[in-house]
Amino acid sequence: MEHFLLGNLTWDALPHQWFTIGGTSALILGGAVTAFLLTRYKLWGWLWRDWLTSTDPKKIGIMYIVVAAVMFFRGGLDAIMIWLQQAMASGSGGYLDASHFQQIFTAHGDIMVFFVTMGFFFGLMNLIVPLQIGARDLAFPFLNSLGFWLYVAGAILINMFFAVGGQFAAAGWLSLPPLSEAVYSPGAGMDYWIWSLQISGLGSLLGGINFLVTIFKMRAPGMKLFDMPLFTWTSLSSMVLVVSVFPILTVTIFLLWLDRFFGMHFFTTDFGGNPMMYVNLIWMWGHPEVYILVIPAFGIFSEVVSTFSHKRTFGYVSMVMASLGVMVIACLVWLHHFFTMGAGADVNIVFGISTMLIAIPVGVQVFNWIATMWHGRIEFKTPMYWFLGFISTFTFGGMAGVLLADPAADYQLHNTLFLVAHFHTMIVGGALFGIFAGITYWFPKITGFTLDEKWGRRAFWLWLIGFFASFTPLYILGAMGANRRIDHYDAATGYQPFFIMALAGVCIIALGVVAQVIQVYVSIRDRKQNMVGGDPWNGRTLEWATHSPVPFYSFASTPVVRGRDAFWEMKQSGRHNSQTDLVPGGNYEDVELSKNTGMAIYLSAFVFLFGFAMVWHILWLAAIGLIGAIACVIMRSFDEHTEYTVSGSEIMKMELSRKLS
Amino acid sequence: MNETLTATHEARPMNEENGKTIFGFWIYLMTDLIMFAALFATYAVLHDNTFGGPGPEQLFDLNGVLFETLVLLTSSFTCGLAMLAARNGNKNQTMGWFIATFVLGTGFLALEAAEFVRLIASGSGPQASAFLSAFFTLVGTHGLHIMVGLLWMFVSLVQIKRKGLTPFVNSKLSRLALFWHFLDLVWIFIFTIVYLMGIAI
Amino acid sequence: MENNTQMAKQEGSGAMLKYAIGFILSVILTVAAYTLVLIHISSEHETISHPVLLAAILTLAVTQLVVQLIFFLHVGAGRGSGWKTLIFISTFVFVLLIVLGSIWIMNHLNYNMTPDQVSHYLQTQQGGF
Repeated sequence: MEHFLLGNLTWDALPHQWFTIGGTSALILGGAVTAFLLTRYKLWGWLWRDWLTSTDPKKIGIMYIVVAAVMFFRGGLDAIMIWLQQAMASGSGGYLDASHFQQIFTAHGDIMVFFVTMGFFFGLMNLIVPLQIGARDLAFPFLNSLGFWLYVAGAILINMFFAVGGQFAAAGWLSLPPLSEAVYSPGAGMDYWIWSLQISGLGSLLGGINFLVTIFKMRAPGMKLFDMPLFTWTSLSSMVLVVSVFPILTVTIFLLWLDRFFGMHFFTTDFGGNPMMYVNLIWMWGHPEVYILVIPAFGIFSEVVSTFSHKRTFGYVSMVMASLGVMVIACLVWLHHFFTMGAGADVNIVFGISTMLIAIPVGVQVFNWIATMWHGRIEFKTPMYWFLGFISTFTFGGMAGVLLADPAADYQLHNTLFLVAHFHTMIVGGALFGIFAGITYWFPKITGFTLDEKWGRRAFWLWLIGFFASFTPLYILGAMGANRRIDHYDAATGYQPFFIMALAGVCIIALGVVAQVIQVYVSIRDRKQNMVGGDPWNGRTLEWATHSPVPFYSFASTPVVRGRDAFWEMKQSGRHNSQTDLVPGGNYEDVELSKNTGMAIYLSAFVFLFGFAMVWHILWLAAIGLIGAIACVIMRSFDEHTEYTVSGSEIMKMELSRKLS
Repeated sequence: MNETLTATHEARPMNEENGKTIFGFWIYLMTDLIMFAALFATYAVLHDNTFGGPGPEQLFDLNGVLFETLVLLTSSFTCGLAMLAARNGNKNQTMGWFIATFVLGTGFLALEAAEFVRLIASGSGPQASAFLSAFFTLVGTHGLHIMVGLLWMFVSLVQIKRKGLTPFVNSKLSRLALFWHFLDLVWIFIFTIVYLMGIAI
Repeated sequence: MENNTQMAKQEGSGAMLKYAIGFILSVILTVAAYTLVLIHISSEHETISHPVLLAAILTLAVTQLVVQLIFFLHVGAGRGSGWKTLIFISTFVFVLLIVLGSIWIMNHLNYNMTPDQVSHYLQTQQGGF
């Protein structure tokens, strides 16, 4: 009976180690403070009506970024803990035991990939892609809200172990079997991993479909595919990858779960199971996934470089082709993650060559960015700093990648810190710097005021110096033979000075993050003097054609596009006056917008309940979650009135009052 | 100004709405296809790993599967007829053909369940070997999709009954029909690769 | 108005014909594949060689796929459905990549590595990148 009611849940699951107690208290304290402030300032209604239930991509985008930022701090804490352990563990055990250390590096990887980088990019895409193509909404606003709430449900679920369970998965960020099988990882941590990724992966898939339909079907009149801004193009490439490979992730994790829950034998070492099939499947998703993270950053940098060089992007078509090329090749290289598994020379060589091919389209982009700056009037605003940082780290890390693409070299470097250094150079120097550049660049579009330049530059320099200080030693350590995920080592190896340097580096990065927090604070404090109009950077693409912050109807009148760099063309031909933010003679037609709905939250709550119940094998609760979720879908399918109309005359009134004030 | 006018009034909103959802649904179907591809790949890799247990030729009943296949195929046909009736605005006919599809779909599911029960009872359940895990999961996932399709069809029948064949309902029906035809498409390959090839080779 | 209904009817009967053709073709293709296999096993695997049979039933399956795509899912029909076809073809290529790629890689692994080597490899990995 007790097992029926509570499944595998026992008192032991409640927090009793220092980190779970700490994590849970932090969660409770944070929640209590937020709740207090919301009650004190009577903001519950505002939060619910204006934000949580919103289907407006501009608001959903901001919510994505807020959640991703919170997760970024959480994942960053893990990074510091990892490096602290490695710096201390020369000839001793360090301050963490092996199992705890494994949990931390697993958590760091999963959180940074799924909940930080993906979250930031979905946020930026929500904010910017519809505006860039002159659309007022995504194709399916409800699915967009649902995708966001599933992402949140996944984020909460993966952190639930603090409060209930006490341990994270400890089999690496991809949970390779047989280690992740029930025999070796019997704890709930692995099941949290499975269901969290399953749920947030579903959210990503919905987002992917949504953006593809939006980009293909909702462009402003006159905008052809090859008129689209490059951030939209790279988002398109990234989303094509999302819809192509996330189903594979879903299947792979589903099969692992079948092994664990039903005792099946896909990846077990007995009964004919084959753990290497898991490796094969997960990398079929996993390699494209890292391109999903980095391709949108290419687009952000293209926008930034073009805007701040005051020139149109050099080689626009080759830029598009390069991003599509990266997209295609991304699906053809997965085996390079397991060259050493022993598929043999002929298989390895095919994947080795296809991996090296990636350097071609990426190289094209690098040269195009440089050529865009050439003879431009370059304005060194913070986003441009991030770009220059990116291009140096990224080229550096890319070279390391080409090195690793050679199977013979990979046999030496595989599983060492060299590899860790390589992919951090790509994801931090590529994706994360891209996100920072993007947030700084589009911040005025979101809030109406710019971010503080001085603190932005300080943050940049701290990040860049910290980055090289912490990852250059890892390249050296890798070449010296230091294994990745090493939790202690012999003093005679001589690793320690390098690990200490890496720790110093991460402290500098941490200061960079502090500088970023200060930057946001200072910018909000001084917002009065940093107020800008719709077009602070003399932008070229359509998102700058409307006010900042963007009104809920996005565009007062639907923009009509006559070529690339649509807004630039409007300004040149005098069709748009950026001083008054008004399209001369614009006609204010009625606008259909999607209504708010709490349904996505209810649905995600049921899905969360289902996931939580499955982790602990509480079948009755899982049934409630599943039935509730299905009921929500069915209820929603009966609802015909999901939109409301804002009349043209109302929009005109709002526009006029804005102009007068 | 003229440009804006023609641009906005050119497209009829309902059609545009429908085009978007069909396009989106088509992409969803493709993601589902990729999901099945991963399951097929797993089956292809693991199908020899019977761990000394019985393999396809001992376990599968070819005649039963042919019957199952024809039932599903017929349901795909009746589903097409239902859509045709819906397009002609014939409410009773639409419901009739959908009910026929529903009955055939349920029949298919019952046949599949019977096969599963027979296998499990003979000791060849999904836990018996990697081959059987892969078989049950591939075929079972298809069955799960059929189940979702049936639930969706049931809800659609209620919607037709209550709302009639409005553009809103019709647009949902056309997606349901696509889904149902798609499931038959996947079954062709389960029939060929799992059953026919399993028995013959 | 009357004209419209007439047109709808004509269109309807054409569409009806389409579904019927698709259905009959599918039944024929299914039964043909089934019969081939039946002949093959009743003749103790002798009349038809394995590769030929394999090629034959896979061809029949792909033919049926095309038949159902055209007659049931209306791929390639109507204005603006070029995208539908293009997306389907690219997905199908990707599907082939997943299935054939996996088979190719895993066969080579099985050929090159003993189970002991595999378990040693997996023990030294905690999930690479």
